[in-house]
Amino acid sequence: MAQMNMTQALNSAMDVMLGRDPAVVLMGEDIGYFGGVFRVTDGLQRKYGAHRVLDTPIAEGGIVAAAIGMAVNGLRPVAEIQFADYIYPGFDQITSELARLRYRSAGDFYAPVTIRTPCGGGIRGGQTHSQSPEAIFTHVCGLKVVMPSNPYDAKGLLIAAIEDDDPVIFFEPKRLYNGPFDGDPAKPAAPWSTHPKGEVPEGHYRVPLGKAEIVRPGRDLTIVSYGTMVHVAAAAASAHGLDAEIIDLRSLVPLDTDTICASVRNTGRCVIAHEATRFSGFGAEILSVIQEECFWDLQAPIQRVTGWDTPYPHAFEWEYFPSQARFAAAFRVVMEPA
Amino acid sequence: MNVPDYSVWFNEKQHSGDHGRKLTGMPRTPRLHLPPTPARPGESPDFSYLQLSPAGAVPRPDVNARARDIGYLSLELVRVLDDAHDAVGPWHPHLEPAELQVGLRHMLLTRIYDDRMQRNQRSGKITFYMRSLGEEAVAVAQCMALRPRDMLFPSYRTQGLHIARGLPLVDMMCQLLSNTRDMCKGRQLPVMYHSAAQRLFSISGNLATQFPQAVGWAMAAAIKGEDDLAAAWIGEGSSAEADFHHALLFAAVYQAPVILNLVNNQWAISTFQGYAGGEQRSFAARGPGYGIAGIRVDGNDFLAVHAVTQWAAERARIGAGPTLIELVTYRAAAHSTSDDPSRYRAKDDYAHWPLGDPIERLKAHLIKHAGWTEERHQALVEELDAQVTASWKEAVTHGTLADGPRLDPDLMFEDVFKVMPPNLERQRAAMHAERSDVRWRK
Repeated sequence: MAQMNMTQALNSAMDVMLGRDPAVVLMGEDIGYFGGVFRVTDGLQRKYGAHRVLDTPIAEGGIVAAAIGMAVNGLRPVAEIQFADYIYPGFDQITSELARLRYRSAGDFYAPVTIRTPCGGGIRGGQTHSQSPEAIFTHVCGLKVVMPSNPYDAKGLLIAAIEDDDPVIFFEPKRLYNGPFDGDPAKPAAPWSTHPKGEVPEGHYRVPLGKAEIVRPGRDLTIVSYGTMVHVAAAAASAHGLDAEIIDLRSLVPLDTDTICASVRNTGRCVIAHEATRFSGFGAEILSVIQEECFWDLQAPIQRVTGWDTPYPHAFEWEYFPSQARFAAAFRVVMEPA
Repeated sequence: MNVPDYSVWFNEKQHSGDHGRKLTGMPRTPRLHLPPTPARPGESPDFSYLQLSPAGAVPRPDVNARARDIGYLSLELVRVLDDAHDAVGPWHPHLEPAELQVGLRHMLLTRIYDDRMQRNQRSGKITFYMRSLGEEAVAVAQCMALRPRDMLFPSYRTQGLHIARGLPLVDMMCQLLSNTRDMCKGRQLPVMYHSAAQRLFSISGNLATQFPQAVGWAMAAAIKGEDDLAAAWIGEGSSAEADFHHALLFAAVYQAPVILNLVNNQWAISTFQGYAGGEQRSFAARGPGYGIAGIRVDGNDFLAVHAVTQWAAERARIGAGPTLIELVTYRAAAHSTSDDPSRYRAKDDYAHWPLGDPIERLKAHLIKHAGWTEERHQALVEELDAQVTASWKEAVTHGTLADGPRLDPDLMFEDVFKVMPPNLERQRAAMHAERSDVRWRK
């Protein structure tokens, strides 16, 4: 085991896979010589060569399309989109092509492409460096969608994603790259070395796609979350003195409905939290599943803690970001006696 | 460096990515071409790849020349100022000394402003900044060659446009501060200025999107029968985006009255322009590829930039078609305050840039030909320095990151739509409740 932050863990996952499988190639803007604007691919071009760690033109549509072509020709590309906010020029290639190639060719062609992209706010990045567009991709049939909340999962999930024969959109909450974040920007930043999930094996391991993790068992209520909000939720519940069962989805597609429903059946109360905007957000899907499967077990209306339905505003970052205070409002409703 | 052992590809069992097809004929040695980068850290700056034309050497065709007949403009380099600081050749714009001094003033103000705002970011007063060091002639000379009614679609490194159009420095600084007088009402990162009154379009932050939008604006002007034109700026790096190609295609199809400016400053963050497609042929040559005029110009030569822009503007205004201008320049500073170029390019590179510095070159020309002196120059620097200082002093009275007054957070919910829908009204109320919840307030 080694101490790693999330960038190091992701780097290690790609290092392991480049070493194990000659079909793995990395591609993206500034990822090669420079090692990526967040240093996630640092040193990999030096180690594996410029033919396997490719700098690309600034053309997300081109990056995704070329990755598809490479994958069809036997490679296993891991493409970086520098910020999730910049993924949209690649949207047609992702939704109409990457997601559907297997289906439309009856399985004769497929493209095992992993698209890594930093997402989320909390870094004063304004509207073009802070978005959380995961729900858009969960709505596209044929894409797996992943978002880790810690270094251990990040490495294991990225290896599983690269080895998966289906395309995976792999969101990296950039606020978590260097340490867990409980939603309070005034507190000094804590490094991953203070967190048990900063312990990461150096070799190969997988965290399976489609399997949620119960971060903390509890009896009072269930909190379903993923990415940065897992940490904010835990801090909020603890500050409120609630014995919350906290579920980190890790994969949004496939969705581990069994773990969610088993927990809600026990607690009868549920808060769903994500950083992304609320309307048609992924929380709505989770909420529907719970309503369909656990309606008679519920003791209070399910609550959502989310970003507001606005673009991500630079000056109002901490009024926008789902805070512990926003959890408090949700807790008040969901903890009403039945 | 490990060269991958492609022989394993012939062993299907080891190949995790076997797609039900035989992988045969794969060479063992990779043969993919990778564009070279001339000088990395630890190496000497090397600009031998640059194709230069002598000042005054490139013929100036008539403004209504057909694109197919002037292809040479996209491969040569239009230059007016020579090494002796004289203005030579057919592109000499013969501007009045007073106008040149205005140009020098705008360029200097842009540089002093940049320098001060960079330092304000470093001391934590603003969150982010992007300098245009070395590229001042591009924005300033081009803006001055256009009319006030022409619509400008800036990139994030063309603040000289805003300064030359007369946007008050205080307004620009208030945007950087996201304070109570921020024209973006706190919604945008620093440097994403706009001014509807001065016809400076909103900067997106996403790359290249403004290029085809400018073409659309110009199409509308043509539909309405007006003689205003649109001009847009893009970096050579972001010209890789599909939007660049959409712009050229629509401009060509509709012969839109637009000037499409590609600022080739050689670097897209860490990536050399070869990766944007500049290795095999000039960026300007894409113009003739689409059937529109393309011109390559020395972007650090104020006179040449002005002359070429004026030529393209006249051409667009008489209905002779759009122009793609490649402005060859150098990004002398980091990409942004989040960037560190010492990690990826040679030290002292800008000192070796063969096209010099735009301000120094115009200054030397004015000293030689227009009665400008070192003393007057120094006095101007001091005057502009004082202007920046006074403007900053005024800007911070409208609020900073640390001190009030602060923008009203209610503004977060406005302008998502023209009329606020009920869900946003409810969320605004929820935010108020959240902020007054004393148990959780920091």
